[in-house]
Amino acid sequence: MDLFMPIFIATVVIFGFVKKVELFDAFTAGAKDGIFTLLKIAPTLVGLIVAVNMLKASGLTDMLVGLITPITDSLGFPSGIVPMVLLRPISGGGSTALLTGIYRDFGPDSFTGKVASVLAGSTETTFYAIAVYFGAVNIKKIRHTLIAALSADFTAAIMAVLTVRLLLNG
Amino acid sequence: MLNYIFGSIMLASVVYGIFSGNGDAVANSIITGAEDSVKLLTTMAGMLLLWSGIMEIASRGGFTKVIGRILSPLLKRLFKKAGDDEKALSFISMNVSANLLGLGNAATPFGISAMKELRRLSGDSDTASGDMIMFVVMNTASIQIMPTMVGVLRQSYGSTAPFDILPCVWISSVVALTVGLTLAKLLNKEKS
Repeated sequence: MDLFMPIFIATVVIFGFVKKVELFDAFTAGAKDGIFTLLKIAPTLVGLIVAVNMLKASGLTDMLVGLITPITDSLGFPSGIVPMVLLRPISGGGSTALLTGIYRDFGPDSFTGKVASVLAGSTETTFYAIAVYFGAVNIKKIRHTLIAALSADFTAAIMAVLTVRLLLNG
Repeated sequence: MLNYIFGSIMLASVVYGIFSGNGDAVANSIITGAEDSVKLLTTMAGMLLLWSGIMEIASRGGFTKVIGRILSPLLKRLFKKAGDDEKALSFISMNVSANLLGLGNAATPFGISAMKELRRLSGDSDTASGDMIMFVVMNTASIQIMPTMVGVLRQSYGSTAPFDILPCVWISSVVALTVGLTLAKLLNKEKS
């Protein structure tokens, strides 16, 4: 899988040669566009990462988890992954940190560990994707994006529990 | 929407942080958050410039059209306007194929190019079009064939079969993606 990038680049270069593209001119022109893209993303990213860091530091996320835990317990949902379900859409790095914490506390082959792994593998950092893509093209009104995206995340959480229970016998 | 999310997250954090005695932590998180975000931008910078350059070679050579043709039958059905636009569709399909292979760094520049095309198709409005929402939702759900990161992490914590979760990951992501895309389509009340 690591070879995909070099192979992809080689393929593009061969393709460029065949199609008689002026390779380096094209490359530098494209990379220059990349600088503008980066400058456009920067403000969005700084703002959102600061906001998410503040939310974590305030203890509000921990408090909310405490409120939800009794409900998840009664539904057979492993309470150990509740913080991850909540943090997963917000922070990729944060949820990876939580994932390693789960492996340490419950073990990677435990029911909770497996559910957390499936959740990590089948979801993305929703808010990050929304910020990057809409931020890059200056979209202010995102309409029903969040509802659809978070419903998918919620589905993934339920499916993680169901599939691990059915296919891996807990 | 982003205005409300941003504002309420910050307000709630400050109010709750002070109220719960975590005021200092919140103060610190502002500084480290700003630093972290710039670190992320600098790590992204190299890859973003590189891929933008490579993409330009590909696009000048017409490579995007080739990949677009392979994935287009499926994507054409999902995207209302972009479905008939070769350029937009090819960026979308390159983003999707990079995502499938778990190359987030490669997928992002493709995705941003796709969004630029979608904005052009929507007549440069600052409101998200149905196609944009469809595309972003596709990117907020994971469509990875091989979640290597999770496998490596599990292995390093002593898992006996780090990739035994693969079928569960595939089923979960396909079902989640289907739910997301179905909602994106159903909730779209835009005139066609």
